[in-house]
Amino acid sequence: MTGFKRSSWITLATMVGLLILPPVFFWTGNAFYLDLATRLVILGIAATSLNLVLGYGGLISFGHAAYIGIGAYAVGIPVYHEFYGGFESVASTNGLFQIGMAVVISALFALITGAISLRTKGVYFIMITMAFAQMAYYLFISLDEYGGDDGLVIEVRSELPLINLDNPIQLYLVCWVSLAAAMLIVRTIIHSRFGMVLQGAKGNNERMVTLGYNTYLYRLVAYVISGAMAGFAGALMGNFSSFISPEMMAWSRSGELMFMVILGGSATTLGPVLGSMVFIVVEEVLSSFTIYWHLPFGLMLIGIVLYVRGGLMGLFKGKGD
Amino acid sequence: MTTLLKVQNLRKSFGGVAATDDVNLDVTEGELHAIIGPNGAGKTTLITQLSGAQKPDSGSVTFKGTNITRAPAHARAKLGITRSFQITSLVMDMSVMDNVALAVQAKEGHSFRFLKPARKVKNLRDEAREMLVQVGLGDRADEPTIELSHGEHRLMEIAIALASGAELMLLDEPMAGLGSEESAKMVSFLLGLKGEKTILLIEHDMDAVFALADRISVLVYGKIIATGTPDEIRNNDDVRHAYLGEE
Repeated sequence: MTGFKRSSWITLATMVGLLILPPVFFWTGNAFYLDLATRLVILGIAATSLNLVLGYGGLISFGHAAYIGIGAYAVGIPVYHEFYGGFESVASTNGLFQIGMAVVISALFALITGAISLRTKGVYFIMITMAFAQMAYYLFISLDEYGGDDGLVIEVRSELPLINLDNPIQLYLVCWVSLAAAMLIVRTIIHSRFGMVLQGAKGNNERMVTLGYNTYLYRLVAYVISGAMAGFAGALMGNFSSFISPEMMAWSRSGELMFMVILGGSATTLGPVLGSMVFIVVEEVLSSFTIYWHLPFGLMLIGIVLYVRGGLMGLFKGKGD
Repeated sequence: MTTLLKVQNLRKSFGGVAATDDVNLDVTEGELHAIIGPNGAGKTTLITQLSGAQKPDSGSVTFKGTNITRAPAHARAKLGITRSFQITSLVMDMSVMDNVALAVQAKEGHSFRFLKPARKVKNLRDEAREMLVQVGLGDRADEPTIELSHGEHRLMEIAIALASGAELMLLDEPMAGLGSEESAKMVSFLLGLKGEKTILLIEHDMDAVFALADRISVLVYGKIIATGTPDEIRNNDDVRHAYLGEE
């Protein structure tokens, strides 16, 4: 088939599979697998957002779990205060308020921390993004009001018009649609003129500056978009787990997101989703054998990074791609 | 003839070494002005201060009457200064076409355009293709940049400088590493540009410089010891002594 690459077919097949199989498991009495799929799809959104800066921008952010935490707390804290946007008449749509807060606050956090972090390069960028995420982590630990490091149970899920997130199938479908949208958004961005500048700056920043691009600004905008998307994933995560704790934004969580992107194949549309699938499935399988599952998992990751160029998507790459 | 670029009392030292030592230089609109000098004379350091990659310790750089001494590199590019690199500087993992199209795109003002695929923006592609045809790389447009030879990379650098639409092109040794045949091609290409573009050329290849330049400045240990027409330079005693005499 001309014009439609092999990797595009794989992307399509994977997404259709993700749409159909988990609900089928649910209806055939394996609700647990739907839970697993919901988590992997939400992490897939976060990994996709990280891929925009890490894969296409070459900016190794080691702090993306912070946005998941911020997004989740943006759902949990209003519920805790029984604050539904302030208007009884629109209380039934408080989910829009919560998700809006998750996106806006994440974008602001990305804007402020990005403006500072992007003045550094390489290892310093990695360290400073991690430091900012750890600041958020310790901030929420110190907030006893919201349970400190014990976390907080979210009593009521976000209420959305026409959608009931208490229904696991509906929640899953919302997550799936969000993932598809996130993939489409990132794909559109990277092929746009903005995306070309972002990728050009990854390949050769000096050249791009010489051409007249203020690459700092382009990177900052990409960073904010990425943060906002990850915050959105966080709002879904809060709704899914009905529980939030600072542990969601620990640095090891940020590392897991990086694993997913690199394992699946950075700078590819499906890679981060594949990465989150493999991560969740392998975690599930290995941890049922041994509590020391991190060891074989780590060895597997090293193997893939060393021997498969471009992550799992690299395995599928046809000659014409 | 108006002065496009004016450099006054420019100084830059690294540690105790004066890489640029009180340099004064005028580049007139439309001329091809060459800077020659032995290795380590500070030619590339001078270019980086003109393009904005480095800032001088003191002195001033004026372009079209605007003082740009402290302007960042991307702002100078917007004003109409572009440079090529002595060591090839391209986005290697993009196609040849994408590299040149990015140079065309840079003229658009800003690139905060998120929706339309860049490769479907016709005027960007057309103009980039035109530049590639001009340097003789028209048939290699869709190949990954990394697949091209060194000589072709040098030509890409020129295509990008042209595509950026800059009035002043700072060319840092465009012939570096080229074989004699490729060099001759580059010289004839640059000859074709004369009069259309203002070019400040740094070059080691003396035959090329004397064939191309309207005026030549000689840089030795960070100082300009002479400026003049090729004939004047050829017959200048200081230059013969400091530079040409070594050959």
